[in-house]
Amino acid sequence: MEWETVIGLEVHAQLQTTSKIFSGASTRYGSEPNTQACAVDLALPGVLPVMNLEAARMAVKFGLAIGAQINQRSVFARKNYFYPDLPKGYQISQFELPVVGLGQLIIEVNGEEKVVGITRAHLEEDAGKSLHEDFHGMSGIDLNRAGTPLLEIVSEPDMRSPEEAVAYLKKLHELVRYLEICDGNMQEGSFRCDANVSIRPRGQKEFGTRAELKNINSFRFVEKAINYEIERQIDVIEGGGKVVQETRLYDSAKDVTRSMRSKEEANDYRYFPDPDLPPLVLDDAFVEATRATLPELPDAKRERFQKEYELSHYDAGVLTATREMADFFEAVVKHAGGGAKVAVNWVMGDFSAFLNKDGVDIASAPINAEMLAGLIKRLQDNTISGKIAKEVFEAMWAGEGDADTVIEKRGLKQITDSGAIESVIDQILADNPDQVQQYRDGKEKVFGFFVGQAMKATKGKANPAQLNELLKEKLKG
Amino acid sequence: MYRKTVAELASALATKAVSSTELTQLYLDRIDSHQGLNAFITVDRDNALASAKAADARLAKGKGDVLTGVPMAHKDIFCTDGVLTTCGSRMLSEFVAPYSATVVEKLNDAGMIMLGKTNMDEFAMGSSNETSFFGAAKNPWDTSLVPGGSSGGSAAAVAARLAPMATGTDTGGSIRQPAALCGITGLKPSYGRVSRFGMIAFASSLDQAGPMTQTAEDAALVLNAMAGFDTRDSTSAEEAVPDFGGRLEHDIKGLRIGLPTEFFGEGLSTDVEKAVQAALEEYKKLGAELVEISLPNSSLAIPCYYVLAPAEASSNLSRYDGVRYGYRAGEYTDLVEMYERTRAEGFGAEVKRRIMIGTYALSAGYYDAYYLKAQQLRRLIAEDFKSAFEKCDVIMGPTAPSTAFALGDKSEDPVAMYLNDIYTISVNLAGLPGMSIPAGFGDGGRPIGLQLIGQYFDEARLLQVAHRYQQVTDWHRQLPGEVA
Repeated sequence: MEWETVIGLEVHAQLQTTSKIFSGASTRYGSEPNTQACAVDLALPGVLPVMNLEAARMAVKFGLAIGAQINQRSVFARKNYFYPDLPKGYQISQFELPVVGLGQLIIEVNGEEKVVGITRAHLEEDAGKSLHEDFHGMSGIDLNRAGTPLLEIVSEPDMRSPEEAVAYLKKLHELVRYLEICDGNMQEGSFRCDANVSIRPRGQKEFGTRAELKNINSFRFVEKAINYEIERQIDVIEGGGKVVQETRLYDSAKDVTRSMRSKEEANDYRYFPDPDLPPLVLDDAFVEATRATLPELPDAKRERFQKEYELSHYDAGVLTATREMADFFEAVVKHAGGGAKVAVNWVMGDFSAFLNKDGVDIASAPINAEMLAGLIKRLQDNTISGKIAKEVFEAMWAGEGDADTVIEKRGLKQITDSGAIESVIDQILADNPDQVQQYRDGKEKVFGFFVGQAMKATKGKANPAQLNELLKEKLKG
Repeated sequence: MYRKTVAELASALATKAVSSTELTQLYLDRIDSHQGLNAFITVDRDNALASAKAADARLAKGKGDVLTGVPMAHKDIFCTDGVLTTCGSRMLSEFVAPYSATVVEKLNDAGMIMLGKTNMDEFAMGSSNETSFFGAAKNPWDTSLVPGGSSGGSAAAVAARLAPMATGTDTGGSIRQPAALCGITGLKPSYGRVSRFGMIAFASSLDQAGPMTQTAEDAALVLNAMAGFDTRDSTSAEEAVPDFGGRLEHDIKGLRIGLPTEFFGEGLSTDVEKAVQAALEEYKKLGAELVEISLPNSSLAIPCYYVLAPAEASSNLSRYDGVRYGYRAGEYTDLVEMYERTRAEGFGAEVKRRIMIGTYALSAGYYDAYYLKAQQLRRLIAEDFKSAFEKCDVIMGPTAPSTAFALGDKSEDPVAMYLNDIYTISVNLAGLPGMSIPAGFGDGGRPIGLQLIGQYFDEARLLQVAHRYQQVTDWHRQLPGEVA
């Protein structure tokens, strides 16, 4: 039997508001436990939620970016369940009327484009955290995160492979960061993913029974967890069993999914409209003002890069993967006054490699766009060669100053005076008569030897093109 | 002096006939000598006297406002910074809030002196005060009777003049019914008129705070200080706050009073009906016109309310889980048992009953049949009032179907107890302002309340209509024998 996989993803993106969705407490990550939880977050008696419109603005921004229907009247509902890190005993969420309706995202897998539907995106509040270690058999509760705004983005079951799921997730990740509504930090839990996975015989229309996978908080784990789950479900069915609807937890250490609770054990959340919050009504002016803040979106930017800078589809994709990288690239080109091709190589090559190596981001890198542009200018005006440029780059990264300072201080200016290069060549040919003879007998490989000697003599500063030309001429005899 | 109204005390303070300190001490002494009424859960002597001293200093400098230095009491449902707030429950029997309710802040700012916190049905669930963890408050007219509820402590305190006024809250009649049963004036403003911030929630879409006073004039004075939009309560109304006493002296000639046929039928006791009819006669003499109206869906108000209010309550009370504050069971082996025992021990029977009803009504498979249906009924009930107000300016009828009943009489029969709010509940469902004013005495000398229902945010008219009646009657001036 040939099986087809059906995947839908639910992503929780923490919105980057400075205060919480229903209280004035700060949303900053990493503070001492329970120092950023006010009376509202603690659910003390008598306190009431007040909507933070900034969260609504971010949700609308997302909705507009995926071409979704914006519900200008949406309703907050209570999702009731008991858990120690859920202070009110209910989570304020949106149920029947979410702020963002049907939209879509275009992903690319193996060079093919595919449209993935986004069913809805709704606003809700995050819960706190339960800490089970270091409390001598008891549990600790940290409510700093309680009330942080979340945008839950629910896809249609449109993905058919783990690769598509990862592509969708990456695309979404790229988008929320472009929109500056979520920092996308998966390790800190700002961008979390659950996957609904089912299989069916290829050609069958009805969906199979799905399992919901939780705790898959990296792109790699998403792929691995889904792959494991597909194999598991095939084994169950081919072994004569039935897949049961359940929630399963992914264990990344063992690379397996384990049953957490079945459908029967699932909570009855008893959703009902929150009587403390009137419906969220966003007028046209609000939506239009939000639309005006939309940045150039990744797909549009990619296309423009291909055209404007004559880049390949691949290069444009890499450069526009984050807004920071794309902005950096454009700043380099602007400061260099052109030379996009060279800039691409430097930005995607050494610059990215050094960022990775040192684990720093663009904003805190020791080389800024202007400095990299300065280096490119010296390459283009032949002040230095490509090889020397690498040395200059490393020195700049190490903090020795801009390109001109490094070149000056280290005396790396390229020798372009043909007379000087000629005299170096003459000396080398005179010192190595045997090799000259070999070359003239047709052993052209020896040419490299002469280049090496000349570079050694000039400490690499001879202009390579000039050197090649003059050397060839002299060897002809 | 203790027989004086808020308005009279205010002018006595303004003319320096008495000091706030003297008044405060007087009421504190009265609270002490009437402990048998069990009207207070907490008496805040030291703070009250300190505030009175500060008020006297302001008054001496001529910097006092209308209410500066006038003592009062808060229902123990309002959070008071640094002072115990129990909500009548074991669950919060040791809870001290680090903030004050907006109502508390506003009356503080107006210069009023809080004497203490009054007894109430647990989490405002009850019509007799008998569900209080601290024992029932007693009716000052006859201490074998209930004072009504849930604001029974406030009603008893004002009726016995242990405070010239008190705050109350009304979810289904909790200001008006005890006001009726204790012979005082109680106003439930329109939903949204007064901020709910810091007022412990029972049913959020119905809860509303209001003044419990001796007179309509006092209610207007206090409501002036209580009302207004609050950024901390998204359901508070961005509605202009008028001078609620602005129309008190206007006559009511030509006023159309609507009498719902449904409020005068079966279940209404004879003595109450007689008193209400007499009051209506009085209104006719004042130039009002009586119009028969119908509220056809009012028989559905109780079932509708007993789905919606418990549904909201079941969720509102989930926060009392023993994790962060409040009561926590002494012994448990795991998390679930901690929850179960904490809530089993911390809540009383009526609260548990309503949590169960509400949880059931919201459950998968029942939601449409109960919660949604009740929401539809709620709209119908509001529509009834809308149509009725096309024919009249104010609606009148009895506040409660009978006078105060004996302690223990209905405490074992929840449905009989629920029926006590049959005339008040629909007003909350519609969100309209409602009032109860003293309108005589029934069998055994028990007070009777006349209910007045107004249009949205038309409290000023309700107060005017009540005040005109109080100008020609003295029911509101009568005191229980034991009190004097």
